[in-house]
Amino acid sequence: MSEVKKIATRESYGNALVELGAEYPNLVVLDADLAAATKTGVFKKAYPDRHIDCGIAECNMVGIAAGLSTTGLIPFVSSFAMFAAGRAFEQVRNSVGYPHLNVKIGATHAGITVGEDGASHQCNEDIALMRTIPGMVVMCPADDIEAKAAVRAAVEHEGPVFIRFGRAACPVINDRPDYKFEIGKGTVVREGTDVTIVATGICVGSALEAAEKLAEEGVSAEVINICTIKPLDEELIVASAKKTGKVVTAEEHSVIGGLGSAVCDALCKAAPVPVCKIGMQDVFGESGSAAALVEKYGLDGAGVYKTVKEFIGK
Amino acid sequence: MENLELQKKANEVRKGIVTAVHSAKAGHPGGSLSAADVYTYLYFEEMNIDPANPKMEDRDRFVLSKGHTAPGLYSTLANRGFFPVEDLTTLRKLGSYLQGHPDMKHIPGVDMSSGSLGQGISAAVGMALGAKMNGKDFRVYTLLGDGELEEGQVWEASMFAGHRKLDNLVVIVDNNGLQIDGKIDDVCSPYPIDKKFEAFNFHVINVDAHDFDALRSAFKEARETKGMPTAIIAHSLKGKGVSFMEGSVDWHGKAPNDEQYAVAMADLERIGEELCQK
Repeated sequence: MSEVKKIATRESYGNALVELGAEYPNLVVLDADLAAATKTGVFKKAYPDRHIDCGIAECNMVGIAAGLSTTGLIPFVSSFAMFAAGRAFEQVRNSVGYPHLNVKIGATHAGITVGEDGASHQCNEDIALMRTIPGMVVMCPADDIEAKAAVRAAVEHEGPVFIRFGRAACPVINDRPDYKFEIGKGTVVREGTDVTIVATGICVGSALEAAEKLAEEGVSAEVINICTIKPLDEELIVASAKKTGKVVTAEEHSVIGGLGSAVCDALCKAAPVPVCKIGMQDVFGESGSAAALVEKYGLDGAGVYKTVKEFIGK
Repeated sequence: MENLELQKKANEVRKGIVTAVHSAKAGHPGGSLSAADVYTYLYFEEMNIDPANPKMEDRDRFVLSKGHTAPGLYSTLANRGFFPVEDLTTLRKLGSYLQGHPDMKHIPGVDMSSGSLGQGISAAVGMALGAKMNGKDFRVYTLLGDGELEEGQVWEASMFAGHRKLDNLVVIVDNNGLQIDGKIDDVCSPYPIDKKFEAFNFHVINVDAHDFDALRSAFKEARETKGMPTAIIAHSLKGKGVSFMEGSVDWHGKAPNDEQYAVAMADLERIGEELCQK
């Protein structure tokens, strides 16, 4: 695990698109006047003819992507999660999901690490919205390496895919030679026996940090990285829950409808153990630096540590 | 195809609409009938399509943005040979491939799933852009309701199409003047429709939706128009062809009962006989 290297997954998104653009001449990228922020600007520079700026009109952008996909192109729709999943929800549902078109949605600036822009732009609902759409793959990568792998997997997957990326730089945690990515597969990133922490996105790093501190106190926490929230790796989560008997979920998203809910859906039928959900507790975010916000809302290493400790009663 | 033949086809399309909606006991006959001549002209004359090969790569595309008038599209596709006319009576029934609104996954000849107003035009714009990006010369047609113009997405899509000079795109507005809650100019007037599309950098043609000479010349003009998309404002009569449905807002989304169905079919049979006398 690298201690120093930090990259925002939105950067990874842009870089992956450039790389994949060379391999897939039918890959096109759409933006709604946010290419500079979604980091697709690098793709625009590399392949100007395959970058489509739709202007500030996300609903239309999703529809255009649907139409493009019927002509054999692989469109990546890029915008902030708030607009891609929120504003254009019904377009994603009806123009992409229902006809199961090969459209990929790259939603950047997800969660509270949007920071200073405040609650209007901090989307804590996108996972909940997207996972209700039949046939939609929903991914939330934890770092640069996973983000790039997820974008590649999205291209190779036939059908709609939603990937959420963050604005703030986050530590690279998957920098190891045996790293492998597969849609629908979770990874045990730290083995343990007392409690399972199922985390996604930036909270994977926080969970690892928390596990480290818990270990110092004799608590053995298992950490599972779930990048694909849908389809969920139920088998892995259930097996771990059966082993530890207690599950904590951690996500930079509302505790309503996100990873925590998905995990509960899986556990309630196969391994009904107590679950504690870390995330945004049915509240809006606010302005502040990303670091200050994750600390305030208990999504950093210290926050996860504290909640896990309380939950397991040690 | 001669105009007389097109008129006869359109009359058969209308019979299919009324029969399908009557059988389903639900659906949208008014806006299907008002657009029947446009549907007929597109599928029997204008578009490069092959009923034996509905997914033909370089076919022209049609997106029914006003997806609720699916009975009109289905009847046209059936009469054109994409699937059996007899299947129209399965419309909206459990297990039928003829869903209440167009479903591209299951219905031969349907190029885009639609039904949520305002969304079809965006997909059509995407198809037209895709043709340009892929260096293909197929054309894309999309049919909108006039009430549908109240959806903001229509104008997002139009702004983009005009900006991108998508001259392979034809937007047709079925201007029958009525929407569920009443006259479009009473509910939330989209008029002047032609000036709005002009302002969005479209070439605009006003046309009588029930005159095949006018439709022929409008679609020819659209094909000859370069450097901008075309909007054809088709001035139509809601419920056209069925005496008691014509010009009536009540028949926007209602099925005829058995007696009404008999009257409707008698109206259309009479029109058919008159066409045969010509």
